Amino acid sequence: MYRETQIIAGSSHPSFAEVGQPGEFIINVGPQHPATHGVLHLVITLSGETIKKVEPHLGYIHRSIEKMCESLSYRQFIYVTSRMDYLSAHINNHACAMCVEKGLQVEIPPRAQVIRVLMDELTRIASHELWWGAMAMDLGAFTPFFHAFRERETINDIMEETCGARLTMNYMVPGGVMQDIHPDFQKRVKEFIQLYKRKVHEYDEMVTGNIIFQNRMKNVGVLSAEDAISYGCTGPTGRGSGVSCDIRKLYPYEIYSTLEFDEVLETGGDSFARYMVRIREMNQSIRIIEQLIDNIPEGEVLTKTKAVLKLPKGEFYTRVETARGELGVYIVSEGGTNPFRIKFRSPGFSNLSVLDHIARGSKIGDLVAMMGTLDLVIPDIDR
Amino acid sequence: MSVGKYIKDVWGAVRSLGRGMKRTLYYFTHHKEIITQQYPDNRETLNLPERFKGEVVMPHDEKNEHRCTGCQACELACPNGTIKVVTRFDMIDGKKKKAIDKLVYHLELCTMCNLCIEACPSDAIKMAQTFEHSVFDRNKLTKILNNPGSKIMDGVE
Amino acid sequence: MWSFSNISDNIHDWLSANFNATWTLIIEMVIAGTLVIGLFAMLGLILVIMERKVSAWMQIRLGPNRVGPKGMLQSMADTIKLMVKEGMTPNGADKIMFNLAPFVAMIVAMLLLAPIAFAENFQLWDLNIGVLYITAVSSIMVISILMAGWASNNKYSLLGAMRSGAQIVSYELSAGLSILAIIVLTGSLQVSEIIESQRNGWWLFKGHIPAIIAFVIFIIAVTAETNRAPFDLAEAESELTAGFHTEYSGMKFALFFLAEYVNVFIVCGLGATIFLGGWMPLHIGNWTGFNNAMDYIPSSLWFFGKTFFLIFVIMWFRWSFPRLRIDQLLNLEWKYLLPISMVNLLLVTLMAIMGWHF
Repeated sequence: MYRETQIIAGSSHPSFAEVGQPGEFIINVGPQHPATHGVLHLVITLSGETIKKVEPHLGYIHRSIEKMCESLSYRQFIYVTSRMDYLSAHINNHACAMCVEKGLQVEIPPRAQVIRVLMDELTRIASHELWWGAMAMDLGAFTPFFHAFRERETINDIMEETCGARLTMNYMVPGGVMQDIHPDFQKRVKEFIQLYKRKVHEYDEMVTGNIIFQNRMKNVGVLSAEDAISYGCTGPTGRGSGVSCDIRKLYPYEIYSTLEFDEVLETGGDSFARYMVRIREMNQSIRIIEQLIDNIPEGEVLTKTKAVLKLPKGEFYTRVETARGELGVYIVSEGGTNPFRIKFRSPGFSNLSVLDHIARGSKIGDLVAMMGTLDLVIPDIDR
Repeated sequence: MSVGKYIKDVWGAVRSLGRGMKRTLYYFTHHKEIITQQYPDNRETLNLPERFKGEVVMPHDEKNEHRCTGCQACELACPNGTIKVVTRFDMIDGKKKKAIDKLVYHLELCTMCNLCIEACPSDAIKMAQTFEHSVFDRNKLTKILNNPGSKIMDGVE
Repeated sequence: MWSFSNISDNIHDWLSANFNATWTLIIEMVIAGTLVIGLFAMLGLILVIMERKVSAWMQIRLGPNRVGPKGMLQSMADTIKLMVKEGMTPNGADKIMFNLAPFVAMIVAMLLLAPIAFAENFQLWDLNIGVLYITAVSSIMVISILMAGWASNNKYSLLGAMRSGAQIVSYELSAGLSILAIIVLTGSLQVSEIIESQRNGWWLFKGHIPAIIAFVIFIIAVTAETNRAPFDLAEAESELTAGFHTEYSGMKFALFFLAEYVNVFIVCGLGATIFLGGWMPLHIGNWTGFNNAMDYIPSSLWFFGKTFFLIFVIMWFRWSFPRLRIDQLLNLEWKYLLPISMVNLLLVTLMAIMGWHF
């Protein structure tokens, strides 16, 4: 008890120490801070306004999801993963369901595959919409946040209709999807696509083309391709640096190999490149949805599996592309009904680790912008 | 930097800002684009989809009968111990028959994952569309789903 | 005709008839002081609800609509909330400075009201260096922000205060230079004379393009001077939580908040006075009929209308743009606004010498 008090009081822990080098100024950003979008704690060493060091402190929202999963059955543990990266809950569930299916060696029906991909892409758009609004808010523009939510709410309504929940759906189950899509699903998705196409130019008018925004983003937080690889950056963060790392293209799962879409690559490596990757990725997701929405095959949505799932003894690994990057699910099975060990390779963790590297030498305002472009979801990092 | 480029830069900057201001002015003057829902006021017209997962309930028919056999499939399916099935044995026609005494549902633990509904072999429970669950006493969130004095429907095994 | 100047003259006459000169002055000062404080409170209430409605409509929201008719009493309710809140002083703070800072901000804002002409012949103090007085006094504002930031003993506050120090000091230059452009044309620093010189047209129209450039620079510079977005680096909420007033709560916070809005009002009033003719109605050259029709609108309405239009423009900026970074902010001032306004001042001087303006 005594030791804990000391840490909170800030004397025993070295990085909490108030004294730095002469001329250094140490401030704590977080765990409660408007820019961290959660309970991330950054200890920033400043020289004036210039950042000399950024030290992320994790664990404020650690719920030991991996350990929790070990005590749950293969059907049950999927719902917990919605709470990791809650903005791409569907994709997390998808990864877990796919890993279990790999172990069980079941094929899922084509209709379920298409529904899964549709849901994934809708989730990706919803996540990027939220990121876009929050990112603009980090830079001090409040209005885009509400405009982004208008489109995002439409997707959430579609999710609510089909899956019964807006954020933590638990829709993907081993063997397919839990329920068939709602009869209105196709109509509503088409309405959303129309709304999106009608409003997408506003994103350019309000944020992308804005000279203040461009000056805030360009040549800020430059991450070279080599560094992106060595830090393990994936998703838009890696692709913004020109690293081809789209799992949907490199290791296609479900029906992605049959779909036409481009892997979005930008070579700038700065905040603006990462921003543009996400904006262009939304358009690619719309493209995927347009290909699939009228071509959902008829049939079952759920393969019959045994009531109690048992994975054979062994190790299983699957990866998917979430809105933030590569999510890996690694299951070690001892042949029982529960996983022996589960490990999630979450994209946010690797992407956060690069923050110190790209933030050094820039200003505090830039740090906020960089955190915005890394698109951090703290529960995903802490798990 | 040449003077021409300088002026061009300034002009381009002013234009980009003007586009943004035009957009906000559009929304400032077009109030029909407002998307606010005035929640407690629109409670009557609030239309929740029928699949919305708000709370687990057990439907009873007019004779106060439900479909739950007490098989405990939901209890097993629940990831976080939300449901407890308390069974008793009724003597019907001289035979011992398993029936539920209480189906205890902890709303405060429930994550609305829908696994219990999927697991139920006799469709005895379903998700209700209620969502205003806040109460001052957490004990009120522990619910007993079967009505007092209810019994199992005929023909449900 | 009913007007503010008539009312004030009547009061003055009545007081002179009933009291001796000293008492008349004292009573008039008390009345003026009360009116200033009343105006202050009213401005705070109106501008807060205006900002909230403007932001709401731009953000496709409804905005406050519960308290009073159409939510118009919302800011009143907020004020009551702030008044009953505890005004905490942090333990490590420099207590005297900490508690003094909001009052300094407030006093500065009040002092600035003195030379503003609210209507025809309705002005607290028509001193002969009115515009200079405003630019000089408004720079004291930075002291209150620095006091607040330093005395809070909070790192965010300190950073915010230092930012706003650099910001206000540099943007004062281009604000001053753009005012100077019009001063060159009018040849007087007295507010009433500046307005009088616009009887045949506002300077914005009479001064050709240089006056328009000066006006744009003035608007940008005063937005920065009053710490409004996109130049709200002193309180950049996503970077420094709340900047210099992070540690303030209750009424002490409200005073800062109020001072910000009153400052916005004053700089917009100044802009309206210098560029848009103050209380002077819109007159166009020789259109006598039109000019006479315009004269029927009371002068106070003209002044407040122009001022509130400028306030709306500044709010419009706030809800449209992202925030600048500190080095970009200073670049904008020193590399763009200041050179442009210097060249502009030269042009205006040339124009004034050659008599090219109307």
